[in-house]
Amino acid sequence: MAKPGKHQLTKREQSPKNRRDFLRKSILTTISAVLGADIVHAATMPDGYVPVVLSQEPDAMKGKNPEMIIRSDRPWNVEARPHQLDDAVTPFEHIFIRNNGLIPEDIDASNWTLTISGESVQQEKTYRLSDLKNNFKPYTYRLVLECGGNGRAGFYPPTAGNQWEEGAVFCSEWTGVRLKDLLQDVGIKPDAEYIGYYGVDRHLNGDASKPVISRGVPISKAMQDETLLAWSLNGQDIPLAHGFPLRMVCGGWPASTSGKWINKLVVRNKEHDGEKMTGDSYRMPKYPVAPGDMVPDEDMAIIESMPVKSLITFPKSGAMFDRSKKLAIRGHAWAGEFEVAQVQVSVDFGASWKTCALKKPANRLAWQQWSTDLMFSQPGYYEIWAKATDSQGISQPMVIPGWNPKGYLNNACHRIAVKVR
Amino acid sequence: MKEKDKNPKTNKPLSNPNTQQLFKGLLVGVAGLVAVLMILLAAVMFFAFYDGSVEPGTAVASDSSIESKLNNEPFNGEVVDGKDVATGLVVGDGFELVRTTCTGCHSSAIILQNRFTREGWKAKIVWMQETQGLWDLGENEPAILDYLATHYSPEPPKGRRVPLRDIQWYELKN
Ligand code: HEC
Repeated sequence: MAKPGKHQLTKREQSPKNRRDFLRKSILTTISAVLGADIVHAATMPDGYVPVVLSQEPDAMKGKNPEMIIRSDRPWNVEARPHQLDDAVTPFEHIFIRNNGLIPEDIDASNWTLTISGESVQQEKTYRLSDLKNNFKPYTYRLVLECGGNGRAGFYPPTAGNQWEEGAVFCSEWTGVRLKDLLQDVGIKPDAEYIGYYGVDRHLNGDASKPVISRGVPISKAMQDETLLAWSLNGQDIPLAHGFPLRMVCGGWPASTSGKWINKLVVRNKEHDGEKMTGDSYRMPKYPVAPGDMVPDEDMAIIESMPVKSLITFPKSGAMFDRSKKLAIRGHAWAGEFEVAQVQVSVDFGASWKTCALKKPANRLAWQQWSTDLMFSQPGYYEIWAKATDSQGISQPMVIPGWNPKGYLNNACHRIAVKVR
Repeated sequence: MKEKDKNPKTNKPLSNPNTQQLFKGLLVGVAGLVAVLMILLAAVMFFAFYDGSVEPGTAVASDSSIESKLNNEPFNGEVVDGKDVATGLVVGDGFELVRTTCTGCHSSAIILQNRFTREGWKAKIVWMQETQGLWDLGENEPAILDYLATHYSPEPPKGRRVPLRDIQWYELKN
């Protein structure tokens, strides 16, 4: 047993009720571990893993498609399989979840407020959610949100965190107030440089005073038309796991900039230094590094626009069909702040490419639909690879892109397997 | 309880008519009970001690360490293919330490997903200590690192793109 002096165990201030709750939960944890709690989502859990405690926070899988892949159940981290992302507007059941802490409970939307403060506001101001809905013009946009670590599983040596494959991305329809309208209403000083968010999710270590994640974007991104404080997803209240009742939405940037359960924004006169803004979080080396290299913090730069990428959403990998079939394949492509200019597919590992039909985005920062027909003259095993090129002429790499310490921005071409008879 | 199960003496006297033996058995039983009570008492005092003697706002570790101590019961979970069914962790040297130390804040799924060298695991622990409220692991740290590095170290290099795996073939209908 730990010796008090040695381990420096000191207690933070906390109400006895919290402590009792905590003890009760801990005991429940132990009991359910012994009994072997219900195995609800076992099929999609990491290899060999069975969830122990499903009762400690709201069940984020409620309403989600059971085929979603659960990377972690506490905190909840869940991703889609590529074929689940076939819709132009991703429905709730197929939207990935990346949580850094525990989902807040007992949210009272009718009394929800948003306070805007920080060095660079003229004066602090607080709005009720209803003020935001009634006093500002609402806007609706389809916006791509992709986790900065989507594709992390492809890096070698392995990098830390959830081992996302392809599905930590989606494009849904958000409705809310433009952040720039709000900032104008508050009044910001000329030295404003960055905005940061704070939400009410709970830290995994039980310390209610510690923010779980507090990131943000430069003022230039905050001032874009499409940067929203949203209360609605696909025409409904935002589901709890996705930030009910209010969240930031910064399309095209790492989804961690789109804070959930937001009750406070700060306007800063310098780069925001909240939780997970500093160190190596959501940062890339400023120069290419060898796989496995240590990179000093000062040589890491914050990720802004996400890179060009695409997905094959139909057919699902593994399709078998006859040689006589004309295969109609399709998917989406997106390019962070930019538009996608071209999508090509290859059935010979990149030796030759076919250019696909490509739609314009529904609005800036929405993903674009591509499609084409393929004929196969010879039976056998094929891989179909898709490659997008953005308006700057930059394409997706076929191999895994440059290794980086936290495994961000793997935008390698997506591929599926098919068998032709 | 476990301790008693392991001790064959405790049960023997009940099926043995020899009174002296029975007396001995009872003694051992009572001694065991007293020991269990003392441990419980010690635990209660331990928590009470922390409740009372704290500088407020210093560290964050206490909640989690309380949790880890409550989890700190002898392991009696089901093991399949060398893995603890409840957590998915490989059962081997250091398993109990890791189970109790590392599943208080987040589920074991976070550990199972990751692969690092011993240095890599050490760096992750330091990161959690510096930023996430993980406490000093003290003399347990080497055993924890050994366990993690033994069972959750990087697999051989995968190359720039590995062949597609686990393809579930199906008949394409439309
Ligand atoms: C005091 C609470 C706490 C304890 C105890 C704890 N962790 Fe963590 N750990 C965290 C938090 C918070 C995160 C970040 C979770 C996230 O961002 O999703 C984390 C993340 C991780 C990660 C992912 C790292 C990354 O860069 O994303 C690994 C691996 C990990 N923990 C392993 C362990 C191991 C092994 C132990 C036991 C030695 C342990 N944890 C004990 C709080 C804790």
